[in-house]
Amino acid sequence: MRMLSRTASALYWLGRYVERADFTARLVEATVRLDALSARPAGEAAWASALSVTYNADGFAASGQSVSQQPVARYLTLDMTHPGSIIRCLEQARNNARAVRTALTREAWTAINRLWLLFANRSSPGGSAATLNLVEGVMAEARGFEGAVHRMMRNEATLLIQLGAAIERADNTARLLDVKYHLLLPEGEQVGGVVDRDQWTTILQTVSAVTAYRWLYSDGLKPVNVIDLLVCHAELPRSLAACVEEVVELLNALAKRTGLQGEADRMARGRIARMQKTRSHEVLVSGLHEYLEAFIHENALLDAAIARQFRFI
Amino acid sequence: MGTGRAFDEIWGHGGPDSPRADFAALSEWIADTPQSELHRRQQSAEATFRQLGITFAVYGDSDASERIIPFDIVPRIFLHDEWQRLSEGLVQRVEAINAFLEDIYGERRILSEGVIPAELILNNPQFRPEVAGIRPPHGIWAHICGIDLVRTGPDEFWVLEDNARTPSGVSYMLENREAMIRLCPELFRSFRVAAVDSYSDMLRETMRSVAPTRAGGGVPVCVVLTPGHFNSAYYEHSFLADTMGVELVEAADLVVDDDVVYMQTIAGRVKVDVIYRRIDDDFLDPLVFRPDSLLGVPGIISAYRAGNVALINAPGNGIADDKAIYSYMPEIVKFYSGSEARLPNVETWRCREPEALKYVLDHLDEVVVKLVDGSGGYGMLVGPTATKAEIEAFRAALKAEPHRYIAQPTLALSTVPTVTETGLAPRHVDFRPFVLTGSDGVRVVPGGLTRVALKEGSLVVNSSQGGGTKDSFVLLPEGGGNDQGQRQTQVQG
Repeated sequence: MRMLSRTASALYWLGRYVERADFTARLVEATVRLDALSARPAGEAAWASALSVTYNADGFAASGQSVSQQPVARYLTLDMTHPGSIIRCLEQARNNARAVRTALTREAWTAINRLWLLFANRSSPGGSAATLNLVEGVMAEARGFEGAVHRMMRNEATLLIQLGAAIERADNTARLLDVKYHLLLPEGEQVGGVVDRDQWTTILQTVSAVTAYRWLYSDGLKPVNVIDLLVCHAELPRSLAACVEEVVELLNALAKRTGLQGEADRMARGRIARMQKTRSHEVLVSGLHEYLEAFIHENALLDAAIARQFRFI
Repeated sequence: MGTGRAFDEIWGHGGPDSPRADFAALSEWIADTPQSELHRRQQSAEATFRQLGITFAVYGDSDASERIIPFDIVPRIFLHDEWQRLSEGLVQRVEAINAFLEDIYGERRILSEGVIPAELILNNPQFRPEVAGIRPPHGIWAHICGIDLVRTGPDEFWVLEDNARTPSGVSYMLENREAMIRLCPELFRSFRVAAVDSYSDMLRETMRSVAPTRAGGGVPVCVVLTPGHFNSAYYEHSFLADTMGVELVEAADLVVDDDVVYMQTIAGRVKVDVIYRRIDDDFLDPLVFRPDSLLGVPGIISAYRAGNVALINAPGNGIADDKAIYSYMPEIVKFYSGSEARLPNVETWRCREPEALKYVLDHLDEVVVKLVDGSGGYGMLVGPTATKAEIEAFRAALKAEPHRYIAQPTLALSTVPTVTETGLAPRHVDFRPFVLTGSDGVRVVPGGLTRVALKEGSLVVNSSQGGGTKDSFVLLPEGGGNDQGQRQTQVQG
């Protein structure tokens, strides 16, 4: 077993950046839908929250553009001037993939390159239909990448890509929930009203959980159920519980193959033990925002521990 | 020179209606395949290359930082016996190059016997006194050679240039073949073509064979060293590492400790035995060569001198493929092999010699003038197609610094039919076969890189100057079947 430290780091970040691009694409897709359903002010709020979820609110405000579909969708998809756009995530992903081509199969590399080529010579996402087309393309090619990774040799390269993706996914879901809970409810709107309902649907869509929700909860759309699903239900691949489990499994598998085990494993195991005791109604009582903030912070610490454990350079 | 009187490798000296007998099947294929279909397949190949990221960067062209090299779908074909004769010449030449390097950095017999003027070697910037006296593991210097050839008739091949440093282009040979098999499978039924895809295995075996003896035995650790993914040949570096199943490393991945080279892995340091480096000598080790190099590995030459690591190709090889040395290659081959060179050189005027300079100045509109230290088709004059102004500019340059130039007659380079906007037409080609030398002998891969000048009448095939590539078929000997038993597909129900 001898993987270069630089390779390990690039693979991990390749996984993170593809996941981030995919998440941003889902967010744009769901927000286009929400915007179409809402009256003007709510539509604006929808795009503002999309910016917040991706930590792009300040950068966008500095650009002086109005918070509406065309400029925000452009900012989140193909704006080269800031690191939060899909195109910049894909650029990072592709640079990492290029630097470690030997660790990838041809299929996996081709998938990354196809993702990148979606944006070749594009300067505007276009109207709603064209924007949806673009982000659907990103999602489809990202699935192609995941499929290709899944068919790579089951070795540390594959595990590191998946580990990066799992850490990123946990972060994304937590941020999505956090922003929704605090910012998405326009003042004066009744909780449980139509706009609210649409917004919770948007969340479910962003994490591909609309059908899962219907399977699991028979009593209509309730925020407490959505939170239960996205925090505690390990069956849902984008739930926090699932990500936490996946990270532990991947670290275990990596330890078996590389003999490298330590701080990151301990942190991840501690996290899963707490997650198994977490009940969503208790989280709601004690404060979802505080819970999510702590989760995001811990996830960042775990990321740093992984970098130390695998000697990233 | 017009294309009209050049030898066409498929059509011979006739035309499309009277192809060389062995290639009738290719002419039929061309006739049976509509032009639009050829175009479609060509585009499909290029789309694949783009998806794979088989691109190269043109220096100084910021608009197109990543381009693909145009691919032409009509293959060039070598008959088996043509190839046999060619291979023998290549083996002889590469053996001589290795013997020459061993001699120049060792005893210097060829200088003491007066075959080559000593000052031409010792004052040459390509001669590296830093490695004089070092003997590389197993005494092999030029493990990978690319010999650039041109052709003027059925059995008339000429060596245009030797590449004994880090010849590139082998990934195109392999990818072009993949594209041909996918897009034109019918051609492989008409012709029995020798496979080229064993190249990576051959290269890996070559690398292993030259490893220094490893304490405690075990399989030698081999790596490919790249300047990084912004290098124009990065695709090839990664392709080779990938198909050989070895690590692709950058300088930052390597450390030298007590004259041993290690790579830094997630499990700590791992000793490296063989490095196929795709970094020029100048940048290889800042402690020995250019001190400002950020691409290099400090101490790597010291480890090499201590015999702890094999470098492929050996540092200092530039002296063997220098354009000023080139004109002595027939003498070099004869000196070490004891027989005449099977592959002739193109006649060359060394402009440093007054007689030669006079001849060149008098015939500038007929000859090709090259910079001794130029490459990539830059700094080159093709007399017959040059403008008056270009000729006069070169005349001035030649008079000012004659020692920097050589000149050669303009050869009637062979052509191969090529897809153009207005149908199939002959285009000039050259050829780079790849020759591997390990401790177990010299091997020629049955194939190579054919470059084609896509512009009508043009003789410049460099990719940076609008050249393209073609697949190069080497035919297997007649006879020998490859029947395969029929199997049945399992279906549901």
